[in-house]
Amino acid sequence: MEKRFHVLLMFSISLIVASSQLFAGELVIKGSTTVLPIAQKAAEAYMAEHTDVKISLSGGGSGNGIKAIIDGTADIGNASRFIKQKEVTLAGTRGVYPVPFRVALDAIVPVVNAENSVKNLTMAQLKDIYLGNIKDWKEVGGTPGTIVVISRDSSSGTFGVWKDLVMKKKRVIPNALTVPSNGGVVQAVANTPGAIGYIGLGYITKKIKAVDVDGVVGSEENTLNGSFPISRGLFMFTKGWPKGETMGFISFILSRKGQKLVKEAGSIPLF
Amino acid sequence: MKRQHIDTGVKFSFSVIALFSITALSLIMVFLFKEGLPIFEQISIKEFILGKYWYPTDDPADFGILPLILGSLAVTLLSGVMAIPLGVMTAIYLAEIAPNRVTECIKPIVELMASMPSVVIGFFGMVVVAPFIQKTFNIPVGLNLFNAALMLAFMAVPTICTISEDAIFSVPGALKEASFALGATHFETIFKVIIPASLSGICTAVILGLSRAVGETMVVLMAAGGAAMIPGSIFDPVRPLPASIAAEMAEAPFGGEHYHALFAIGIVLFIFTFLFNLMADFISHRFRQVGEASL
Repeated sequence: MEKRFHVLLMFSISLIVASSQLFAGELVIKGSTTVLPIAQKAAEAYMAEHTDVKISLSGGGSGNGIKAIIDGTADIGNASRFIKQKEVTLAGTRGVYPVPFRVALDAIVPVVNAENSVKNLTMAQLKDIYLGNIKDWKEVGGTPGTIVVISRDSSSGTFGVWKDLVMKKKRVIPNALTVPSNGGVVQAVANTPGAIGYIGLGYITKKIKAVDVDGVVGSEENTLNGSFPISRGLFMFTKGWPKGETMGFISFILSRKGQKLVKEAGSIPLF
Repeated sequence: MKRQHIDTGVKFSFSVIALFSITALSLIMVFLFKEGLPIFEQISIKEFILGKYWYPTDDPADFGILPLILGSLAVTLLSGVMAIPLGVMTAIYLAEIAPNRVTECIKPIVELMASMPSVVIGFFGMVVVAPFIQKTFNIPVGLNLFNAALMLAFMAVPTICTISEDAIFSVPGALKEASFALGATHFETIFKVIIPASLSGICTAVILGLSRAVGETMVVLMAAGGAAMIPGSIFDPVRPLPASIAAEMAEAPFGGEHYHALFAIGIVLFIFTFLFNLMADFISHRFRQVGEASL
């Protein structure tokens, strides 16, 4: 009886060892939905080049991406923002050292209805509009009319960047409309004459009008040279300095070929 | 002997199936409470229910859901005001007034309306109704309480109408004939005999229709505007409870305060719909028309 148990134990151990070797080329990527299109394009191209590697991708948001790195449930955690102090502390208590890689850039552009005459807003004006201090378009040089403030859900990465860069951590007024996606903002702004919203650079369409910020046009060029004030880096986090396939994938994204895919995915490449 | 075996087998398998669905549902409930209650280690129930500000991702965060509760109640009440008269009167028309051929035509259409996916209704509200409301009433924004209530009324009318129609239809014919025999007109018969006789069924219909409106997610997510403010007019944007859960759950870090707070909203919502259903059950039992003599 005892012998049989030993055999069973040996067998199961060898099975576990074998299976871990079998999936040595597996990469798990989780996190921000903003980075997801980039990761998807890169993963497809990478798997086509390395047929022995299997990459599994999922969204879930920046917070979940970083949490997955800390918990060890993913090899790469995507985030459309930098790591928060709270998360660094949590990682420290678990003995994890998250390493950030900036893989692309993204600009967030304020947009208004196509019929709106306002062309330029300063960062201070944007902040006052979202704080509820400026309520009418005539206060910023437009035709009189109530400003309808459109924001994103508080857990969205785009909202997080807007809050950090424009609101300087102050709260958006409660009566701001919240919309669950970039596309939803476009839809709401296009249908509402007095509306103002903000979206990623890649989502601008002809139905709405992008507004200059501090006299700077929101464009790829102005984001790269640093003159457009509302831009952010898109990150991939790894647990410690990456090794093996994780390193391979990160280097691939940062290569000329990978950055071309970044552009195809609608974000701004680093070079 | 063999037939008895089959009988026991059937009995057993049916109890297992019934037990399975009940267990699954109660496990979901256990899960809901297990994930929702930890938020009350951070804040008190009073702060949660009566807090006026919902800023779940701020540091420090505010988890007050009063604006969300009031948003849900306002949307449901307003949709009730629109849907109850429409639903009940349509039911009376179908059951009592319309000729048979018309009923056969209209009833399937009403039932078809009930099977309209809510995301389609929400999309309709967002893309078609919102600009229309905004222009017609000359207000700043069309995604608001009124729009959401109107869309929810669309969804509640078929439920209210179908169940009320069944209740009205099942009023014993003898009651109606007796009323006619006493010289009452058709109108008097409907309002003094048939409606009182079917009142419990109509009430059940109304409550079930409204409980569908309370829990409906997609429509309010798309058409209500999503502003976590206490509504001051019917043209203010609101953020009902289900919309908050749906919009924020995907990005709330697993196991964090925000995550638990969203599950706690789920508990509040569960209590709402539970009370609605309990009320429907109570009314349908308490005011049930037994026999024909009790009128």
